[in-house]
Amino acid sequence: MKVPIEFTVNGASRRAEVEPMKRLLDVLREDLALTGTKEGCGEGECGSCSVRMNGELVNSCLVPALHASGAQIETVEGLADSSTLHRLQRAFLECGGAQCGICTPGMLMAATQLLAQNPHPSLEDIREGLAGNLCRCTGFTRIFESVAAAAALEAHAR
Amino acid sequence: MTVEHAKTRVVGSAAPRKEGVNKLLGRARYVDDLTRPDLWHGATVRSAIPRGLIRAIRFGSSIDWSEFVIVTAADIPGANHIQLIFADQPCLADGRVNHCDEAILLLAHPDKHKLREAVDAVQIDYEPLPAVLSIEDSEQAKEIVWGSDNLLKSFALDKGDVDAVWSKAAHIVEGEYRTGAQEHLYIENNGVLAEYDAEDGVTVWGSLQCPFYVHRSLLAVFNLPSDKVRVIQTETGGAFGGKEDYPSTLAAHAALLAMKAGHPVKLIYDRAEDLAATTKRHPSRIRHRTALDAEGRLLAMDIDVATDGGAYSTLSSTVLSRATLHSPGPYVCPNVRIRSHAWATNTVPYGAFRGFGAPQAIFAIERHMDEIAAMLQMDPVELRRRNFLHDGDTTATEQRMREPVILDKLLDRALDESQFYAKRAQFLEENKISTVKRGIGLAAFYHGSGFTGSGERYLNSLAGIDVTTDDEVRVLVSSTEFGQGTNTILTQIAAETLNVDYSAVMMAPADTHVVPNSGPTVASRTAMVVGRLIERSGRQLVTLLQAEYGLSQDYTRAEFFAACNRLREERGEVVSLCRYEAPPNIFWDDNKYRGEAYPAFAWSIHVAQVAVDTATYSAEVEDFWAVQEVGRVLNPVLAGGQIEGGVAQGIGYALYEKVVLQNGHMANNQMTNYIMPTAQDVPPIHVFFEEVPFSHGGFGAKGIGELPHDGPAPAILNAIRNATGAACNSIPLLPEDLLTKLVTTISTEETVA
Repeated sequence: MKVPIEFTVNGASRRAEVEPMKRLLDVLREDLALTGTKEGCGEGECGSCSVRMNGELVNSCLVPALHASGAQIETVEGLADSSTLHRLQRAFLECGGAQCGICTPGMLMAATQLLAQNPHPSLEDIREGLAGNLCRCTGFTRIFESVAAAAALEAHAR
Repeated sequence: MTVEHAKTRVVGSAAPRKEGVNKLLGRARYVDDLTRPDLWHGATVRSAIPRGLIRAIRFGSSIDWSEFVIVTAADIPGANHIQLIFADQPCLADGRVNHCDEAILLLAHPDKHKLREAVDAVQIDYEPLPAVLSIEDSEQAKEIVWGSDNLLKSFALDKGDVDAVWSKAAHIVEGEYRTGAQEHLYIENNGVLAEYDAEDGVTVWGSLQCPFYVHRSLLAVFNLPSDKVRVIQTETGGAFGGKEDYPSTLAAHAALLAMKAGHPVKLIYDRAEDLAATTKRHPSRIRHRTALDAEGRLLAMDIDVATDGGAYSTLSSTVLSRATLHSPGPYVCPNVRIRSHAWATNTVPYGAFRGFGAPQAIFAIERHMDEIAAMLQMDPVELRRRNFLHDGDTTATEQRMREPVILDKLLDRALDESQFYAKRAQFLEENKISTVKRGIGLAAFYHGSGFTGSGERYLNSLAGIDVTTDDEVRVLVSSTEFGQGTNTILTQIAAETLNVDYSAVMMAPADTHVVPNSGPTVASRTAMVVGRLIERSGRQLVTLLQAEYGLSQDYTRAEFFAACNRLREERGEVVSLCRYEAPPNIFWDDNKYRGEAYPAFAWSIHVAQVAVDTATYSAEVEDFWAVQEVGRVLNPVLAGGQIEGGVAQGIGYALYEKVVLQNGHMANNQMTNYIMPTAQDVPPIHVFFEEVPFSHGGFGAKGIGELPHDGPAPAILNAIRNATGAACNSIPLLPEDLLTKLVTTISTEETVA
């Protein structure tokens, strides 16, 4: 039986009629057409579906829709403003932090969470902060560089 | 050596990834992001046993089957096979199964959530047959599961006369080396969306490497003419060889469902299905018998290569070929005998995976070199240096090294950057008083760029550029982007040759109705072979515009497009295509396996520093150096990323990634128990390039993508040898394997310094 849920996604109020146990991942992708959030494993191991929910990083494949009711959700689609890439996106582009791109949205959300909590992370902090997000292409090195480069950019540049 | 290369504006620069912004904004469209009105979803019913006859298919009463479309082998309008090198693999099992998870039956339904229960409600009755599940079982041929003798392919290579050497050799060293299967673990699972229309035929969109492989296979399955099958690559979330041949099967399945359902059908695997049912790296067993003189010079190499190919031939013959050609390593030896065999077993067919047989072969020879050094009480570095190939030397296939070989320089750089000898000395002291034993080891290797032997001539690739009425230059290739940088380097090359901005050049869609067949996106051939075709196409267009359409020698962007417009007015379009031309003076004999095995070789030295905890038996790579010569580096950021990513996969291959097969089924088909290196496992990876432009590659490029996967495993196990004295000859090497090995080693021999 479908139930109505309301929540805020990337600053906008959204409604959907969904099965209460439908995964937040599927609500975002299917009901809201926000396909930037990706599925990699469906069991919370790879982090590709990472989004921020009430300021916490979650695997959206493990969150039932009902649990997200009333929540503030942030996805990759909300990172850039209309004309400017987020500093993390710019850094990933310049440093080669994205290759095939499938882990990138989740990686960007994990990095956003890290910088929100720790604006000047050490390399060890970055490794730990991204440990729940798997990338098979880069060997992580350029992702670490991207996050460090983004952190080094002035915060007023976002 | 100082290397001069042509001054360039775009090539060699860190041009940003062409499709990067879309990926970073979350706007790149992968196959599962696509939808269609009236879209149905597909699912696959698979074999639960490794080998047997299908006696009955029963549909459980709990499901309203009238809602579903059901496809079996009987619904195939054309041939029930997947056309690759051979055509022995059925599209859908018909009466018998030859491996676990073989596709038997397909289902489609408008609601994807109803499919799982339906798949479970299909009961297959089998008459099981004895299964062959190892190389040894297959070669003993008690059960014949493929052809007349289980042999998928064999090669014999002879140089000189090894048997004349044994009696006069100062040393003879033997060893056996084994490698396990490895899963690609691209983060995007395999998936395809298919449509069928009686008029237009079959159209598929999918996550894939080789649009024309899928195209050719679909022609046979649907018995359709070429223009009635259309294959379009969607953004592809990693591939590594895992989307070279498998998408041909998946595309056929989705298209069969779409045809019968009368609806578009999306068939997307979840992780468990992708792991269980799709290809992996070939397991191998490689034996070396090596004769040396008193100074450690190679006199004879007798090499026996055996691979497990799985249930059908797929790409096993060409993987075996590359394993064969890489098995002697980057060394000179006057007498070489190689016998290689790919054996059929009742497991999911093994397939292409970055390196394509070379990582297996290089693991064996490079571990073996360290064992030879130990036996001869020589420095393993000096042993290698004494036997390296140099300019003018010949390989095992008697290919003469006509391009510069700078292995000594790469080795010197690797030793210097890693402080190899200082660390060896330091660890030797520290290990005496520590439960953590550190070591440092290296591997030296080449990787042949492009198709083997006559392969590139048979491919006869066609590629080029066009210019649209919107003043947009498009690169026309079937070469695909799946993270490795195809889009970026090919548009860099086009921009360079046409002297236009990088931003003015786009990729035409990888759509078989739009682009010519520039060959498959495999074998580290894109930069070298296809890059060269784009370079030639660009120069050809500029020459034409300058000769006949009034373009000056030193032109502006506006003048270039104005000249293109004049050409278009006269000829209707602005297209410049070039076809592959083999470098001159090369020959290859497929029968004797002799001649120019590859147009060019990329060369590399890897150094690994490891720490082995003798309390937990975990081995950790603490630091890693990769020094390589890949011809001209077209884009330093992307090239560095290729090396780092390949090294990380190689570390996983060595220490983490184990495919556990139980009765032919992958038991650990989840990311929770098939473990790849994480952000906390990958060491610092120091990457250094030396550039020797290759005269027949795109702006001097050779292959790069596969090379970095070849070295980590032997370098790491050589470092473990240095740290602990244990000669570990099998990968993956997990803590439980190391425990067994160290306990045995300590009880049977003195620790080797």
